[in-house]
Amino acid sequence: MIGEDDLLDQLRAGDDTAFATLVDAYHPRLVRLARSIVTNRAVAEEVAQDTWLAVVRGLEGFEGRSSFRTWLFHICINRARTTLGKERQTLPVDPQGPAADAAWFNSEGSWTSSVEPWPDAVDDRLMAVMLVDRVKRVIEDLPAPQQQVVILRDVEGLSSSEVCNLLSITEANQRVLLHRGRTRIRTALNCQLGGG
Amino acid sequence: MTVALLGKDLVCQQAVELVTAYLDDALSWRQRRRFESHLRDCPNCSAYLEQMRITIAAAGHIDPDALEPDVRDELIKLFRRQHRH
Repeated sequence: MIGEDDLLDQLRAGDDTAFATLVDAYHPRLVRLARSIVTNRAVAEEVAQDTWLAVVRGLEGFEGRSSFRTWLFHICINRARTTLGKERQTLPVDPQGPAADAAWFNSEGSWTSSVEPWPDAVDDRLMAVMLVDRVKRVIEDLPAPQQQVVILRDVEGLSSSEVCNLLSITEANQRVLLHRGRTRIRTALNCQLGGG
Repeated sequence: MTVALLGKDLVCQQAVELVTAYLDDALSWRQRRRFESHLRDCPNCSAYLEQMRITIAAAGHIDPDALEPDVRDELIKLFRRQHRH
């Protein structure tokens, strides 16, 4: 497998095979990220295509201080926000209230019914495929700010500080959004697996 | 260190709200100790934490939608056009 640095060098030299390799690896992920901002699938596709145009035009200026992926995501997020007319948008975060459902707990704050460990079958291949598919659909239904953070942190695997930079949010707000998103997904999985 | 300084024990409803900060290693050592001490005594919150870990791992396995061949072709054409300039 060719490293990204080599691919970028080939890209600068006008090699369209290198470009195709990067498009294969990243275009669907750009669409997914853009969609968490603009919500509309067709608009997200346009944003992703615009991102590539900006990449090709800006390639000379890319100094490799961030990873190529982070640079790509940065362009994509800015394009998506521009499309929305919210260039300086800060993600709305409602810091009030817990993420977990208050009904899970009694007046002392203890669980009203026991939390059953999920069956070991979650490691089973078919079961894992089902769970991943369910998680995907729940993420698509999350409120946009939660969706953006969950995609960048848990789906793409970026670090907390990378995500804070990309979305221009504080660590604390990022964590609130991530926690709410994860709590919702876990609840959906728990229902699917027979828990309350 | 007195017990009073450590603060009151966490209840489950508080513990579940600390899970993400715990996994990000963003708790103060004191909070972390309270959280871990709660978990040792609470099978429910331990199970909950494990479920959150599985949730996060599952999210990491999501594949993006397939790239449509005509979109791919369009992008490559665009690249060729751009590079000629």
